[in-house]
Amino acid sequence: MTARTHPLEAIAAWVLALLWLAPLAYAFWSSLHPAAYATSFSLSAPWTFENYVRAWNQAPFGRYYINTVVLVALILVGQLVLSTLAAYAFTRFRFKGSGIAFALVLLQLMIMPDVLIVENYRIIGKLGLLDTIPAIALPYLASAFAIFLLRQTFKSIPQELVEAARVEGAGPLQVLWRVYVPLARPTYVAFGLVSVSYHWNNFLWPLIVTNSVESRPLTVGLAVFGAPETGVDWSVITAATVMTMAPLLIAFLLFQRQFVQSFMRAGIR
Amino acid sequence: MTDRIASQFVRQLRPQAWWNAVNAWLLLLPAAVLLVAFTHYPILATLRQSLYFTKRNGTETFVGLDNYRAMAADPIFWKALVNNFWFALGTIPTSIALALLMALWVNRNMRGRGFLRLAYFTPTVLPMIAVANIWLFFYTPDYGLLDQLRGLLGLAGWNWLGEPSTVMGCLIVMVIWKEAGFFMIFYLAALQQLSPDLDEAAAVEGAGRWYTFRRITFPLLMPTTLFVAINAVINSFKLVDHLVIMTKGGPNNASTLLLYYIYEVAFTFQDAVYAATLTVVLLVLLSTLALLKFGYLDRRIHYQ
Repeated sequence: MTARTHPLEAIAAWVLALLWLAPLAYAFWSSLHPAAYATSFSLSAPWTFENYVRAWNQAPFGRYYINTVVLVALILVGQLVLSTLAAYAFTRFRFKGSGIAFALVLLQLMIMPDVLIVENYRIIGKLGLLDTIPAIALPYLASAFAIFLLRQTFKSIPQELVEAARVEGAGPLQVLWRVYVPLARPTYVAFGLVSVSYHWNNFLWPLIVTNSVESRPLTVGLAVFGAPETGVDWSVITAATVMTMAPLLIAFLLFQRQFVQSFMRAGIR
Repeated sequence: MTDRIASQFVRQLRPQAWWNAVNAWLLLLPAAVLLVAFTHYPILATLRQSLYFTKRNGTETFVGLDNYRAMAADPIFWKALVNNFWFALGTIPTSIALALLMALWVNRNMRGRGFLRLAYFTPTVLPMIAVANIWLFFYTPDYGLLDQLRGLLGLAGWNWLGEPSTVMGCLIVMVIWKEAGFFMIFYLAALQQLSPDLDEAAAVEGAGRWYTFRRITFPLLMPTTLFVAINAVINSFKLVDHLVIMTKGGPNNASTLLLYYIYEVAFTFQDAVYAATLTVVLLVLLSTLALLKFGYLDRRIHYQ
């Protein structure tokens, strides 16, 4: 349908869009100008990169970046491997108790590790892993969501292809690797983007289990850096904030379509 | 054809049922171990913990529902629960309405729709903690952006996050900004599934735009609306990151939420037993919502 859009409506749409971008635009503005211009918008305000330099020098952001990248990669690889194997078990094999097992997996969709912070902290403590990167990752490695998504995808794969591979003498794992995994690629990409975004941004659990520069991800590092007690300049904090969100934001701007589609696909199920 | 091959396949394997099971469980094992360790066991341990009292020397005594009685007498618990309710009510209807509006606009052949979609969706990919940092500055008394604007109007500064009367409203506005674009994509997906014939038929019949929306588009989007709404409610119980740096639940618990209170009780007041009792409430709430979502809604709202 090509109904004409009323000009007023178009204006409203644009006003809302600009309003939606304003907080972000403001963060960039204040991070790129001297502290004196944090609240006075003047076109003659001098541009500076000083805030970023100071943020970078006042806190170990380099280390935080590495920690976050390691954390996100660890979680993603773990989730993909574990959920592929589990989803394959649910799709390919009929076995006693598979219904109950699947229901127990789905339980994690209702009660996510995010709300079991008290007991999970105790378990991580017993394992002697407090204040390490694996401690942040462990509760998320087995993802019911990934298992569910992959099982749906695997179920839609034509049996003829599986049969063909079997006739050629492929064992169960070869069938998985040569038939299922390649055909499920869109699901892997969708889940991957959602997972990376989620764990790059995750905060409460990492805050609870980490306590040192060596294990803290960016989000926690930012919160520690920006705490009012530290008395750091507002502009420097904004610079640190921009640094924290920049990688994901850039990835989003570059692959906008994939991001939106992935969130859509993963959300709707 | 497929069926025949499949049943043949199953028949072939039947004598090896046990071998099948072994294979399947081996594949499941790694995920199962982690799920049990970090989901099922913690749930049971939380339930158990809430029925016991732990002395300083570590000995535990069964106390029945005593911890729950203490919870029922705790005004902060009730405050958190009521706050959760207002937080959900404040954020969800508005962000859903905005999301629908955004989706309708972006779905049109409007100039610059790519840019509009980008603008609406961007807050979704930002970390809550970064968002909180940015908005914290808007709300800073005197120096912050909001008070600067008030200053232009000759009004005195206002401690937005420090006053019980405004703190919740401020947080709600921020969360609406963060979430509306996320909900928009569900409406977008739904709108793209709707047949354009419907709109054309309505236009031919001379129905106005508002009438078409009210009587055709909106009812057809009802499943999406309910889906988004229930997910939003579930999400509202998990969204507490911003409290850590913006208000710490204050002033005087005016902005605390259940999960944040659990965090505070467990890790600031070091009371694991009471934190477990509070967690049970959260678990019951979340499971109820999830059952509503998987059971009732899935069956009831699919028109096709």
